Amino acid sequence: MFAPEPLTEFPHCRLCASAQKQEIALLYNAAYLLIPMESEGEFHAPGIGEFLGLPALFFADTPFEINRIILVRLLAIALMLFLFWFALRKPTRVPGRNQSIAELALGFVQVQIADQILGKDLGRRYLPLLAGLFFGILAMNITGVVPFLNISGTSIIAMPLVLGLVAYVVFIYAGIKALGPGKFFKNSLFPAGVPWPIYILLAPIEFINIFIVRPLSLALRLLLNMMVGHLLLVLCFSATNFFFFTAGGWAGLFGVGTLAFGFIFTFVEFAVYILQAYIFTLLTAVYVQQAVAEEH
Amino acid sequence: MPELVLAAEAEANPFLPAIYDITWSLVVLLVVMVFFVRFAIPRFRQILDDRAEAIEGNIAKADDAQRKAEAALEQYTAQLAEARVEAGQIREQARADGQRILAELREQATAEANRVTATAKAQIEAERQAAVLSLRSEVGSLAIDLASGVIGESLNDDARASAMVERFLADIEATENTAPSAGKN
Repeated sequence: MFAPEPLTEFPHCRLCASAQKQEIALLYNAAYLLIPMESEGEFHAPGIGEFLGLPALFFADTPFEINRIILVRLLAIALMLFLFWFALRKPTRVPGRNQSIAELALGFVQVQIADQILGKDLGRRYLPLLAGLFFGILAMNITGVVPFLNISGTSIIAMPLVLGLVAYVVFIYAGIKALGPGKFFKNSLFPAGVPWPIYILLAPIEFINIFIVRPLSLALRLLLNMMVGHLLLVLCFSATNFFFFTAGGWAGLFGVGTLAFGFIFTFVEFAVYILQAYIFTLLTAVYVQQAVAEEH
Repeated sequence: MPELVLAAEAEANPFLPAIYDITWSLVVLLVVMVFFVRFAIPRFRQILDDRAEAIEGNIAKADDAQRKAEAALEQYTAQLAEARVEAGQIREQARADGQRILAELREQATAEANRVTATAKAQIEAERQAAVLSLRSEVGSLAIDLASGVIGESLNDDARASAMVERFLADIEATENTAPSAGKN
């Protein structure tokens, strides 16, 4: 009852389990990569500098400072909104190609996330939010494999954190609106069907799980996936560059290997970007559903 | 150079958001949410509703047409059956009429024939009567002739008497033979 991610009730558990396994692997890699590798002489492994301390491009030292990642983030969102606007600007009963794709994309969120987790009525109410989360995250993630952008807009903390806070506020709001504050907190902290002494232990755990871990886990899962994915790609391609042009000779053969890995990981990352957007949105829907449920 | 990078990294914590990062995250969030709440999803729903309505309308229209066609077909079938029954009735009627007319005609013909026969019979009877009358008158005159003949001759001569009777009968025959031929001419 107090598992941190009660996902087994949902058919996506396999997806999520594999994603979580992958997260652990990626975290391990990230930790490894954050240690600068000086042993190879001239080769500098990518580190946290990929994300932090970037030079400002506009409005330096103001709250509106724009660096590379912020610019990528804004571009991604602008493009995503433009595409949706373009596809839906003149809707017709018999859809054209663009409109069909837009409808398919929105239909995916509607059917696979909103309606499936929340049911028809709640799904209808929360669809705009879920669609915004999904496509916003997807657009900002996907820039990680777009040439010349090559970094995800969600790979610095504030964006995942803000998104996690949105999910947090929304599921608490949904719970209070559906059940009233008393019943919502009682359902959350004192789940039914447990002998009362257990509550001494269970209530704090549930409190930490629901009101602290949930938003943070949403934010950190997204952030770390994006950071680690980027580091993996940079590592592969910078190593390829190093082996081909700096080391030269027989070491070039290693370069072929690292290039192949880079190639493969580009596809893996692409899948991860979609998966993370999906998981984030799905979990938000699950949290809302649990918050409004009469019995926890 | 590595020391410098390391120093920078030590200062920067990837889990502490910078102010500008928060700003632009909020801006992005606001824009995306307003777009989806105000534009994308309402438009999406409007399209789906419109399409559903159109499809329902078409289905209703098709149902209506189907119903109409079925009603018309039923009506035509009924009319056809009615017409068939009517035709049958007319045929029966015609047959009955024909038979009746035929019977009537036959009756009329029979009556006519009877009448003709009766007329003929009457005529024949009349003619026979006339013949009898004329014969009777002739027989009278003949008898008188005969009697006068008998008176003129000797009546006790058997041979003469029989010869006279013979002649008389021959005369009658002769008269009878000439009379029809005279009647014919």
